[in-house]
Amino acid sequence: MAGTIALRKQPLPDVTSPVGAQKPWIKWLLVSLTLGFLTLFLFVPLAAVFTEALRKGIAAYFASFNDPAALAAIKLTLITAAIAVPLNLVFGLAAAWAIAKFNFAGRNLLITLIDLPFAVSPVISGLIYVLLFGLQGWLGPWLAEHDLKVIFAVPGIVLATIFVTFPFVARELIPLMQEQGSEEEQAALVLGANGWQTFWRVTLPNVKWALLYGVILCNARAMGEFGAVSVVSGHIRGQTNTIPLHVEILYNEYNFVAAFAVASLLAILALLTLAAKSLVEWQARRQTADTLEPTAAED
Amino acid sequence: MSRFYFKQPSVIPGFGLTFGYTVFYLSLIVLVPLSALFFKTTNLGWAEFWRIVSDPRVVASYRLTFGASLIGALINAVFGFAVAWTLVRYTFPGKKIIDAMVDLPFALPTAVSGIALTAIYAPNGWIGQYLEPLGIKAAFSPLGVTIALTFIGLPFVVRTLQPALEDLDSAVEEAAASLGANRVQTFARIILPTVLPALLTGFALAFARALGEYGSVVFISGNMPMQTEITALLIITKLEQFDYPGATAIAVVMLVASFAILLFINLLQWWSSHRYRAGA
Repeated sequence: MAGTIALRKQPLPDVTSPVGAQKPWIKWLLVSLTLGFLTLFLFVPLAAVFTEALRKGIAAYFASFNDPAALAAIKLTLITAAIAVPLNLVFGLAAAWAIAKFNFAGRNLLITLIDLPFAVSPVISGLIYVLLFGLQGWLGPWLAEHDLKVIFAVPGIVLATIFVTFPFVARELIPLMQEQGSEEEQAALVLGANGWQTFWRVTLPNVKWALLYGVILCNARAMGEFGAVSVVSGHIRGQTNTIPLHVEILYNEYNFVAAFAVASLLAILALLTLAAKSLVEWQARRQTADTLEPTAAED
Repeated sequence: MSRFYFKQPSVIPGFGLTFGYTVFYLSLIVLVPLSALFFKTTNLGWAEFWRIVSDPRVVASYRLTFGASLIGALINAVFGFAVAWTLVRYTFPGKKIIDAMVDLPFALPTAVSGIALTAIYAPNGWIGQYLEPLGIKAAFSPLGVTIALTFIGLPFVVRTLQPALEDLDSAVEEAAASLGANRVQTFARIILPTVLPALLTGFALAFARALGEYGSVVFISGNMPMQTEITALLIITKLEQFDYPGATAIAVVMLVASFAILLFINLLQWWSSHRYRAGA
């Protein structure tokens, strides 16, 4: 996405270009239109979160977190992300290795299937696990017999979260690793490195920024997922509530200050994610400019 | 090459391990659970399935969900184009921050967007209080649903258009201008046709995302049956009443619609890559 900027030809200076010699009012019209639209749809909602959270002062804001249910929700969200993100990270690396380094039949089908969870509504992502593990589901009776709880319990929440964050790491890695090809890995193998050494010393350093980017996006979605988790959680206060579900409960109880205070945690997480993303894009662009240009010229 | 290989020979190790793990994990997390949905529906029988999915309350929810998603995606196609164009072509103070913030609807958890939009557009909210005297009911109406679906679709259009606009060759525009075309003609005949696949892809992605959206809509919609109830919410309502066949049947309709859009997007990608190849 942003990698193309570094490789792009420099446009001609405005003065010599008839395209650049357009009327300034068009520029100001479009810039104001953009800023107006984005203010209405991005900045006002963001400001609303913090304003509502601080409506009754800073003390009331912090008092919202002094609640066992809120702390339990934060803890459950952290646990869920700590399981879902590493699992999808390992999967993303394995999938990208298989797809980018080898040529096999059905490769494009596999890529499409990996992207599938993005096309599925969050509500349906939760529903499929209810159909599998719920009391009326395929494995429900067996699970009940063995006193195992998946739906309306933590395992269901983790499963639904893994599903909705499934493609994030893989889809960042696959295009990049396809573009990089496997010449460097072949060279390492010829020079006597084994498979793992090649992976750790050649492949991983080449993809580290894209990998980090995928992990950041995966983590943000894992901590913020609402629809899918809502279906499988059962909303048991202090036990199966994640932060977004806790926000919903507080909001529906008309406890607006606490709802927006807890929501502001997620908004801060979103802002940190955007900042980290910009930083990683900037680093990746530097790396792309350094290493990818010679190989791109070969094609 | 005369022999057919499932996998072309390669010196790189690890195919069996990584391919096997990929297929195993994909099946476990995605394919088997998704197929459960379709198998569950086959138990229903066609007549029962049709009775559930053509119930007036369900049909009203399709109308709202598809209608509001379509309007939201159209608004994003128009304004997203302006945003992408401005970010690619012009420099102005704060541009980098604005550019980074476009992803906010993607990064902000949907429940947070939902309560924030409701707070703004409620009758006593920042914007809602000015709409109320005009007789416009924003929150708890189909308009509120459309606002929420516009919010969440925005990054898809902008992020799909940006690279396409960056790749535009300014020499072609200059040629058009030197041959006497004015700006409007250049835009309509040169720029728009070139970025059309990207614009349509962004539109389709925003539409697909809006169809399945739940979190940002449920707070602002008011959830009145027949009027402001979206299909995703109806699935949850059926589940809470332990009406599993009902929830499953409606989910299958939504899933088929999503897959149809996914297919459309893939065709668009294929079309745009072949178009460029032919032109090169």
